[in-house]
Amino acid sequence: MSLLEVEDLTVTFAQKGERPFTAVDKVSFTVEPGQTVGLVGESGCGKSVTSLAIMGLLPKRGNRVSGSVRFAGTELLSLSDRQLRDRRGSDLAMVFQDPLTSLNPVVTIGVQVAEVLERHEGLKRKAALAKAAELLDQVGIPDPHRRVGEYPHQLSGGMRQRALIAIALACQPKLLIADEPTTALDVTIQAQILALLRQLVAGTDTALIMITHDLGVVAGLCDEVNVLYAGRVVERGERHELFAAPRHPYTNGLLASIPRLDAPRGERLHPITGSVGDNIPWSGGCAFAPRCSNEIGVCTETAPELIDTEGRLLRCHNPVALVKGEA
Amino acid sequence: MVLTRKKDRVDALASTSTEGMSLAASAFRRLRRSPVFLTGAVITALFVLIALFSPLLAPHDPATQIPELIKQTVRARNQFAPPQGSYLLGGDQLGRDLFSRLLVGSQQTLLVGVLATLIGLTGGLILGTLAGATAGWVDTTVMRFVDVLLSIPNLLLAVTISALFLQANQFTVIVAVAIVQIPVFARLLRGTMLAQRASDHVLAARALGVKRSGIVFRHMLPNSLGPVFVQATIVLATSIIDAAGLSFLGLGNPNDDSPEWGQMLSNAQQYITSGHADLAFWPACAIVVVALGFTLMGESARDALDPKNRR
Amino acid sequence: MSLVEVDDLKVHFPIRQGVFFDRTIGHVYAVDGVSLSIERGETYGLVGESGCGKSTLGRAMLRLVEPTAGTTTVDGTDLGSLAAEPLRRFRRRLQMIFQDPLSSLDPRQSVEALLTEGMRAHDLATDKAATARRLRELLDAVGLGANALRKYPHEFSGGQRQRIGIARALALDPDVIIADEPVSALDVSVQAQVINLLDDLQREFGLTYLVIAHDLAVVRHISDRIGVMYLGGVVEETTSEQLYREPLHPYTKALLSAIPVPDPVTEDSREQILLTGDLPSPSAPPPGCRFHTRCPWRQETRCAEERPELVEFAPGHRVACHYAKEIAAGEIVPHVVPVQDSVSSA
Repeated sequence: MSLLEVEDLTVTFAQKGERPFTAVDKVSFTVEPGQTVGLVGESGCGKSVTSLAIMGLLPKRGNRVSGSVRFAGTELLSLSDRQLRDRRGSDLAMVFQDPLTSLNPVVTIGVQVAEVLERHEGLKRKAALAKAAELLDQVGIPDPHRRVGEYPHQLSGGMRQRALIAIALACQPKLLIADEPTTALDVTIQAQILALLRQLVAGTDTALIMITHDLGVVAGLCDEVNVLYAGRVVERGERHELFAAPRHPYTNGLLASIPRLDAPRGERLHPITGSVGDNIPWSGGCAFAPRCSNEIGVCTETAPELIDTEGRLLRCHNPVALVKGEA
Repeated sequence: MVLTRKKDRVDALASTSTEGMSLAASAFRRLRRSPVFLTGAVITALFVLIALFSPLLAPHDPATQIPELIKQTVRARNQFAPPQGSYLLGGDQLGRDLFSRLLVGSQQTLLVGVLATLIGLTGGLILGTLAGATAGWVDTTVMRFVDVLLSIPNLLLAVTISALFLQANQFTVIVAVAIVQIPVFARLLRGTMLAQRASDHVLAARALGVKRSGIVFRHMLPNSLGPVFVQATIVLATSIIDAAGLSFLGLGNPNDDSPEWGQMLSNAQQYITSGHADLAFWPACAIVVVALGFTLMGESARDALDPKNRR
Repeated sequence: MSLVEVDDLKVHFPIRQGVFFDRTIGHVYAVDGVSLSIERGETYGLVGESGCGKSTLGRAMLRLVEPTAGTTTVDGTDLGSLAAEPLRRFRRRLQMIFQDPLSSLDPRQSVEALLTEGMRAHDLATDKAATARRLRELLDAVGLGANALRKYPHEFSGGQRQRIGIARALALDPDVIIADEPVSALDVSVQAQVINLLDDLQREFGLTYLVIAHDLAVVRHISDRIGVMYLGGVVEETTSEQLYREPLHPYTKALLSAIPVPDPVTEDSREQILLTGDLPSPSAPPPGCRFHTRCPWRQETRCAEERPELVEFAPGHRVACHYAKEIAAGEIVPHVVPVQDSVSSA
């Protein structure tokens, strides 16, 4: 049994007097214990909404969630708020993009870590604080015994993200969801945090879902990569295979449009035309068709299904051809 | 560049409905759907219509003592004419038709409110622009002056100002109330202008080599006015209340042939405790409802203009 | 002589405190002695992490922020010597592109008003027909249709807004364009469009670029030469190729190794130089070499005491490190740096 089985997860935002907007459209994927799975895509592809839906953190009103999210056999979508709260922090944990706004500014770092331990492990405050210092040490925060008594604003961005990771990992969750955890950070700090995440999940049973727009981050971290576009998974594969031979024109286009550090200077980029629209429906064909370089007639008529093509899950009528000798 | 042409086509499809629509226009579109705004707008529209047409609407002359009502009025015994026939609310302490006075009174109230707000707005715009555009010592001086005015309670300041005129009339009320409102506008405008000064598009205009006057009057000021106009709607409510307060204190128009709600309230004061609260109740009620109308409108407009609520 | 020459430019922002009288209690050393030159027609890339002073440097060059010391000379004119009006006139020749295309375009003005504003300020929009023609040319050059003119900024996508920002800069027919993070607010797929556009325009109009960005991959892609900034100073400067092939400064090495490459094979095999700790605060920069607190190659002598000058190591390759030669020769090996526990934010 997989640790997490997401099946046909659909999130529709419906506001009074406005057209309903499907942010996540029948997304399915599984996560095995210890596995690192990447959800990649540009803004508006539904990657963050997916993670919030799994955690049960979407606002109560204004949206409809359907499908199924099974965590170790338990259906999360049908759990009550209280049951979910018991799970969050202990079984499932999440790290957000902005470490400053996700920490409570008026409570010390130590207490914020300790609170999780008190709630889920039943520790007393004193023991919890001691454990908190230990955790801060584990995530590489120097002088943890002093840091325990400090407030979020006294820490740098990188240190705050470390503290957030310490909170997330306090109860050794089975699944950690990291939603753009390094986007707000500088490159050298990003490298530190990525190394930390890699080190923390390596050799443990903790699974990691990495949500990011940065294909570079995914390339070095994830076992399996899901590429999302307009709320649907358009391609999924093992990372070496996916990067070596991207089959979906979108994945292919993304890779071709990134200026690469190791590419010779003067090489022209091949951008994807257009931009992500606000509300592209899949009903009238493939949502990527208007921007696609591989578009054929059928693309604007019927939306492609996600099907297994030579070991790769692909949602495309006319995928990029495999070059001989590749993959 | 062939590639980019395709992109335009895609985006043109997405944005046909609001083509060429400015921010103010799209804010207004949102407002039209807001029940709070609509409630406020209906109250305000009714009030303005009544004020404009009150001489036609009033069933009786508000200044005439009607013999039929006088007969029923024994002031020594606090006995007034009750509602009857065409006298919907009965007579006042002098035997005049209370309902007609209430209708006609809206005229003075509207006039005072609008004029005081306009004068206050103008003064505030001048001081605020001066402070916001210059920074440095001009800004500091203007703002200290504004702080001093703000530190005195509204009504107290208004009373002091109208006392300076040596005579009480409608004009002194307007000026007193207007002066009270100036610092509110000045401070608000200066704040938004300072935020604009630090904004990217002002920096961009500077980098473009746009003249200083152009930066102030084409970029900083227009982008700062939204909240000020919203505030003006809310200030309309407070100035109506302030004006009524001044009249109530006897600093308003002493001639009660042209009725005004605050003045009516003031005249009814002595009868409140003797079982005739209705004389005071109706004008007070009118003031509250009208002030509420303006406030509802202003507050919802403020929300609509808030970029945080923009989707 | 180069088109743009920056000589020992410094921008120190005073930190003030006090209820009645502002007291200066310290300075933020945002830019602390930067010298560089940009040749006509080239693209100079300025790269560094947040707080290194790269944006402030760009603004100080245009005197949008008054420099504390130093000079910027453009085509023989010392900008620091110009009075307000001549400076305003001179700005026509130096235009700027901003990071956030939405906030840098006045939301209340139509595209037409935005584009003609600069032209009017420099008396370039006197003839109506000629202006209309010019506007069409501009929109065409940046790949927008003429129907964009009466629309407002918020009606465009991020990439299109950036095109408007670029058209606005082009409108004045400038010599130099300073692009401050021109693509970092855009989606990945759109970034490439704008980068290619900048490339095309440079070729078409013979523009000189100063591109300021935190993303070394982007900077390397569009720049001929690159300056790497750390805490207010340039630590290394060389050609784009050379910087990637043979980075000399330890910070450059770390920066290069920290950038994720979208290729699992490279990612798995390459050796990362992980810097410990955070960027020190620019209000209290470390003495000596600014980088010595995090440097894996730090030595016992000189690094903590003496600030290294940016000196020529090889032709066209300048580096500010006392031990550049020894590091390049492999005589000094990196070591573990204990994390200095400095509270970096106040």
